[in-house]
Amino acid sequence: MRTRPIIASALLLGLTAAACASDSSTGAPTATELPATESAPPPTDLTDAEPTDTEPATDQPAEPRITITLVTYDSFPEADTSINAALDAFTEQTAIGVELLVAGDTGTMLSKAALTVGNPEGDVMWGIDNTFLSRALQDGIFELGVLADPENVPAEFLALVPNGEALPVDFGDVCVNYDIGYFVENELAVPTSLQDLADPAYRDLLVVQNPATSSPGLAFLLASIDEFGADGWQAYWQQLKDNGVQVVDGWTDAYYGSFTWAGGGDRPLVVSYGSSPPAEVIFADPPRDDSPTGVIESTCFRQIEFAGVLAGTDHPDEAAELVRFLGSEQFQAELALNLFVYPANSAVALPQEFNDFAVVPETSRTLDPDLIDENRSDWIDEWSTLVLG
Amino acid sequence: MNNGQRPVNRLPSRVVAALAVGPIAGLAVFYLWPFATLLARAINGNAVADTLSRGATWDVAWFTLWQAVVSTGITMLVGLAPAYIVARFEFPGRQLLVGLLTAIFVLPTVVMGAAFLALLPDSLDRSVWAVIAAHVVFNLAVMVRTVGAFWEHLPTDMESAAATLGASRWRVFVDISLPLLRPSLNAAGAIIFLFTFTSFGVVRILGSAGTRTLEIEVWRRATQLGDIGGAAVLSVLQLAILAAVVSWSTRAQRRHARAVDLRPEQDRRRAKSTGERRFVASVAIGTAALCIAPLAAMAIRSFRSSSGWSTAAWTRLGKAEVRPGIRLGLDPVEALVNSIQNAAWATSFAVALGAMASLAIAAAGRGGRLLDVGLMLPIGTSAVTIGFGMLITFDTPPVDWRAEWWLVPVGHALVALPFVVRTTVGVLRSVDPSLQDAAATLGASPTRAWWDVIVPFLWRPLAVGAALAAAISLGEFGATSFLSRSGGETLPIAIDELLGRTGSLLQAQGYALATILAVATVSLVVGVSRFHDVTGLAHRRAGGQTVDR
Amino acid sequence: MSHLRVEQIGVRFDTTDVLRQATLRVDHAEVVALLGPSGSGKTTLLRVIAGILRPDSGTVWIGTNDITSLPAHQRGVGMVFQDNQLFPHMSTIDNVAYGLRVAGVGKVERQDRGAAWLDRVGLAGFERRNVTELSGGEAKRVALARTLATEPSVVLLDEPLSGLDRELHDHLATQLAQLLVDHSITAVLVTHDPAEADVIASRSVRMDQIDG
Repeated sequence: MRTRPIIASALLLGLTAAACASDSSTGAPTATELPATESAPPPTDLTDAEPTDTEPATDQPAEPRITITLVTYDSFPEADTSINAALDAFTEQTAIGVELLVAGDTGTMLSKAALTVGNPEGDVMWGIDNTFLSRALQDGIFELGVLADPENVPAEFLALVPNGEALPVDFGDVCVNYDIGYFVENELAVPTSLQDLADPAYRDLLVVQNPATSSPGLAFLLASIDEFGADGWQAYWQQLKDNGVQVVDGWTDAYYGSFTWAGGGDRPLVVSYGSSPPAEVIFADPPRDDSPTGVIESTCFRQIEFAGVLAGTDHPDEAAELVRFLGSEQFQAELALNLFVYPANSAVALPQEFNDFAVVPETSRTLDPDLIDENRSDWIDEWSTLVLG
Repeated sequence: MNNGQRPVNRLPSRVVAALAVGPIAGLAVFYLWPFATLLARAINGNAVADTLSRGATWDVAWFTLWQAVVSTGITMLVGLAPAYIVARFEFPGRQLLVGLLTAIFVLPTVVMGAAFLALLPDSLDRSVWAVIAAHVVFNLAVMVRTVGAFWEHLPTDMESAAATLGASRWRVFVDISLPLLRPSLNAAGAIIFLFTFTSFGVVRILGSAGTRTLEIEVWRRATQLGDIGGAAVLSVLQLAILAAVVSWSTRAQRRHARAVDLRPEQDRRRAKSTGERRFVASVAIGTAALCIAPLAAMAIRSFRSSSGWSTAAWTRLGKAEVRPGIRLGLDPVEALVNSIQNAAWATSFAVALGAMASLAIAAAGRGGRLLDVGLMLPIGTSAVTIGFGMLITFDTPPVDWRAEWWLVPVGHALVALPFVVRTTVGVLRSVDPSLQDAAATLGASPTRAWWDVIVPFLWRPLAVGAALAAAISLGEFGATSFLSRSGGETLPIAIDELLGRTGSLLQAQGYALATILAVATVSLVVGVSRFHDVTGLAHRRAGGQTVDR
Repeated sequence: MSHLRVEQIGVRFDTTDVLRQATLRVDHAEVVALLGPSGSGKTTLLRVIAGILRPDSGTVWIGTNDITSLPAHQRGVGMVFQDNQLFPHMSTIDNVAYGLRVAGVGKVERQDRGAAWLDRVGLAGFERRNVTELSGGEAKRVALARTLATEPSVVLLDEPLSGLDRELHDHLATQLAQLLVDHSITAVLVTHDPAEADVIASRSVRMDQIDG
């Protein structure tokens, strides 16, 4: 964290002032954000604020006694959504302010964390996933022994963090999404398998992310390894390369840049999430009731995300409290419609439209975590030389 | 007059020592120690074996080498004509052309990358030829100021003599001029090779994944793959190759050094015949076009969006929101503020240390040479190596300085220090030491005399040095790529990020930022270049003679 | 007894003996001209007397004090350099008053005294002038005023009138001679021009006479 010796306190005041200012606009979900969510209770029901020196104004939260930083990836909303409102509620309840720091896609976020071990850029990290987890654990980026026992988290997720280094917070699938309209217009059949993507009929239509910097990118690579084996994936990727695959650094760039539907780019096939189609419905303007994008189910790879306290933080206790909150029902209830992932907390009920439009594949690919652990960096290296070199 | 013998009125050694302590400490802590750490990490464990046995390593090394050689060769070829006309001819706009070339030379690397990205059609984008083209334009100034300056001092009589013996213009050039120019050509070639071999910003922006140089690999392995040991090995490998080439070039220079009777600036003449006039005009205009076109393209592209012309990139400050709460790209305004803050601090550090170092070097005689050479080292080591070394050195208590706000400015100051020292020491050394003697005869003690009479000479070159340091800091990319933390991104990093995106608004914003950076840097440097040769190139020793501009 | 005594000064540069056993005695208020061709060590001897060059052998005395090992700024010996050595970043008056400033004289007083000296050398009104814009003759006179303003016990003049055109040269030579007499200044003058020596100095010696 950057701290200026002389103006540190001024910054803190400024931050809290800014937090106050932005809070006034996130009192309740606005109509355009969530067109049909009467069912979900507005998460800004404020519990009685702790008696503090500031009077509880309608929109002004109490001055936090301390502010910690939540490091997250670039698809995490920084403001104006119910997730942010939930974080504000956390501040109300605990007088701990939360500042968001977007570090890029997951791979980049992890790299920075690895380079700053012991002197982290933040206090809590949200979003390291099972594909990168082993590197995170190896590099020791998480503080040990501070997290409370998790509630309502499936055992299979907990097995990935045997020492309780991080808390499983959500899961989903990384799948190739396609722009329905494009394929209809061009009278192309939608590809149905990984192998199809290498078909010359789909030349120059696919955009993927760099597995070194992006977790969906890495998940997709692992899906191909699952399909073609540790010795056969190289040939597949050579085919993809010959077929004109585009590689970008992060998910937002692929989805909101190169993808034809959401980004106005020229690639109708993009590696994204199984839950991206519901997002397209919910955020549609003008509203629609069918999804403009679809998912190629056989390409899906199961992804589990974690949150943890970063080793070397100055505020381990407050950070642990935030992590606990991130796993609580209050927060997890917001995940589905904002991050388009399934909450890990099994006690949370999913919103209706999420269930309507989300695609849950019959089976989602996984790879043995130990296998990932052993080979990940070699695979990334080999992939880089093959596809980028 | 042997004033140097038995200097009586020189500064007492404790004053010199006091001056030298700061710069020496800075150099030791922030350069030598990281360098040593880098070496230690490289030879530790299996990193050496793993890295050197990987075929990709040698592919990258080979690629780095040949692109540098080709860049150097083409630059020297292309640069000969402009060097010639600047050396020998007087023509309208000559000063302007030299100024333009200097301005190009001091541009930040990311700006040059952005400019060529804007200029070249998509098919050439991100290919090795784009990188080479950018290198050529970047380093034209080296040819003109080094070779051109030397050429200016070559006696014209020799060429006339050859002409009277029947040699055509072309023969005179090949048989007489070229061999005599050899020393300066060697010097220029060495400099250009150094710059292109360690080129980072240009390759980052212009290169695709397929054009990876050693510098890029060091950065990629360290920051994306977490392979610190491997990155360290590559760093050392790069230094080894550089050292080998530089020593070979130095030996070649010495072998071909010839005692040439250099004259003070020969009179330049106006082009006489129509042929000559056309030649001068076409070379001058061609060179200017070569330099201006990329920058113009860059500025123009900042006004282009997917829907035609617009000023959206300039007016839409802050990030572009794609979904509530989700924004793409970095905050340009924040990046600008970060860059300015860094530049202010880096300039202060560089000027303070540079002043002390220059005074110590000028006053210390032979001991000063060591400090002088020491402070020049950061130029020979790439900024990437400096940043990388600092990152892996200052990561454990009690020197865990990664989060300190001053680490990035210190890195910048280290890169800028040689330039500050060069400008200042030159001026200090040219001060007549008899001035101090005169002050002594008027009753001033050595320290008093030095303070009253010598130190005032500092302010002008320090102002120049400060402008240089600010320009260097604003544009610094290599070291910052390692040292900056999330939220602390600088302009060059923002430009690199934005240009790497696929959205047209984001790219336009990248070009807009690059234009701002270009204007800031050029204004700073051109503003002070009236007082001093900021490239320091015209002072290079060529064939035994120091050519002074 | 002699005011200034230079005894057996030897100075060696690399392998050359520039001075071997130079000996010179100057009485109080006497102006002695040192003649000789270039390279004969005239300027070297001056520099030894001024203290800006340390001799290999020999001694220098002022009055009864052996000043041989005294640093230049403590000797009270003024020197007018051949190329003037005016401080380019200071104005004319600041140059002239510099020695007084070093001696701790207050600003008003030293400006007054400096202005008086400028007047004496015929440059009244030149106080604020930029020294780099002065003509050759003007610069020489400022250099002279600067040295004299500190009222040193001995004044050394190294080719003080070189490079001036004939008319100015003669005019300044007379002025200089008058100044030295008026203020009873003990001086050693280095020159290659015997006629100049005759005008300014009371006695002329040749280098080959004083350096065995």
